[in-house]
Amino acid sequence: MSYRFLVNGAPAEVEVPGMRRLLDVLREDLALTGTKEGCGEGECGACSVILDGQVVAACLVPICQVDGRIVRTVEGLSLAVRSTDGLDALQEAFLVHGAAQCGICTPGMLMAARAYLDGGGGPDELAIREAISGNLCRCTGYTKIVDAIAAVAAHATPATPAAHTAHDARDERDARDEPA
Amino acid sequence: MPAEPPVQSPRSLAEAYALLESAVAPGASGASGAPATPATPLTPIAGGTDVMVRITGELGPIPERLLDLSRLDELTGISLEPGRLVIGARTTYHEIRRSALVREHLPALVEMAATVGAAQIQNRGTIGGNVANASPAGDSLPVLLAADASVLVGSARGERLIAAADFFVSYRRTALAPDELILAIHVPLPGGRVVRFRKVGTRRAQAISKVVLALAYRDHGAAAGWSDVRVALGSVAPVPLRVAAAEAALEGARPTPEAADRAAEALAASITPIDDVRSTADYRRIVAARILHRLIREQGGW
Repeated sequence: MSYRFLVNGAPAEVEVPGMRRLLDVLREDLALTGTKEGCGEGECGACSVILDGQVVAACLVPICQVDGRIVRTVEGLSLAVRSTDGLDALQEAFLVHGAAQCGICTPGMLMAARAYLDGGGGPDELAIREAISGNLCRCTGYTKIVDAIAAVAAHATPATPAAHTAHDARDERDARDEPA
Repeated sequence: MPAEPPVQSPRSLAEAYALLESAVAPGASGASGAPATPATPLTPIAGGTDVMVRITGELGPIPERLLDLSRLDELTGISLEPGRLVIGARTTYHEIRRSALVREHLPALVEMAATVGAAQIQNRGTIGGNVANASPAGDSLPVLLAADASVLVGSARGERLIAAADFFVSYRRTALAPDELILAIHVPLPGGRVVRFRKVGTRRAQAISKVVLALAYRDHGAAAGWSDVRVALGSVAPVPLRVAAAEAALEGARPTPEAADRAAEALAASITPIDDVRSTADYRRIVAARILHRLIREQGGW
């Protein structure tokens, strides 16, 4: 079967089995190896990409469900900005704050953070921690990653401030509920 | 790379039903006089958060053929119908969290959705998939049991409504026939009914539950106490289940310390969880009883 979709703004067409994972299509068929495979079962978040504006684990998405849709990967972050050094504000902040060590979680972490910020997320630490709770990092202890995302959130003019609604506030409250 | 079994992506429910029917009755829908071929079961895939792990082969047999539901708009949407809330099978946890209707009529389901995985899972996993997968640890299932929900299923033969309490037959087996699809979840409007939810996992995000519990009741005040009490549990048995002894201990009672003690003891005495990789039987029994006790205490305000 042939599947067509947009990757980082450019049209892509692949002739592959429909159950091939989006992760494998990106890495093997399109040579976009920025997206990493960690666990391959949706637990670690290393393969996080943005599908139609939502962060997803690319290891859990069959390509037949991507036909006609819009994918953003870590390679696309710098394409979307026009700053002098060509990096997304999040990539800059990760550098400045020392938010990457071994680096295997970094692409997924950046995409989860990008989806959070694009959804109108703010600099609140607990909300950021919830937004990246599906992304495991075994090096940093998360603090510098949270700091980097918070710095960008604090300086960003939200593209859609209305997206941060009362529901978000309630979601964040829910997220703080201690389990029994 | 994992296995890449064949997949079909029907554009309508009728097309999906025909594919399922032909998988059940080999040759029946084939072209004129085609020889009967052995039936190959069709495994539906919606958000893929369970099925995509199964194609790695690490959890047992790999599905041989898949039926992609992602183009079936008939399975989407949350709506209010007379006397009930209808949640389409393809509704994601993210959509449940954001739904004003679910928040108004069954807030425990919103709380539940917020505890499933993390954003990556909540954006893809569906309530129909949680029900179909029928894991004893499925987070939505105790809420659906406590809320007296039903599962609307359909096939070329027609539609039928199955009570959630009758749906989970045995370990990962459901009342769904091989040619049937889950269409929607029907939740009767609570009308004053309170439903509470609690999950205990290893950590707050991305954790499969060790114990998950939902409590429901109607409060008739000091004189008449609680009625229509439901206590439903996950991760303590081969299926998500209601605990009749704990329900009986609370029926007609007020949320007093004595009633909480009785209900918690009844609960601990009537479940037989197992030791596994996530927890021990003793831990599960004690924690399940403690959660129920705590929920009753919260309702009683003591």
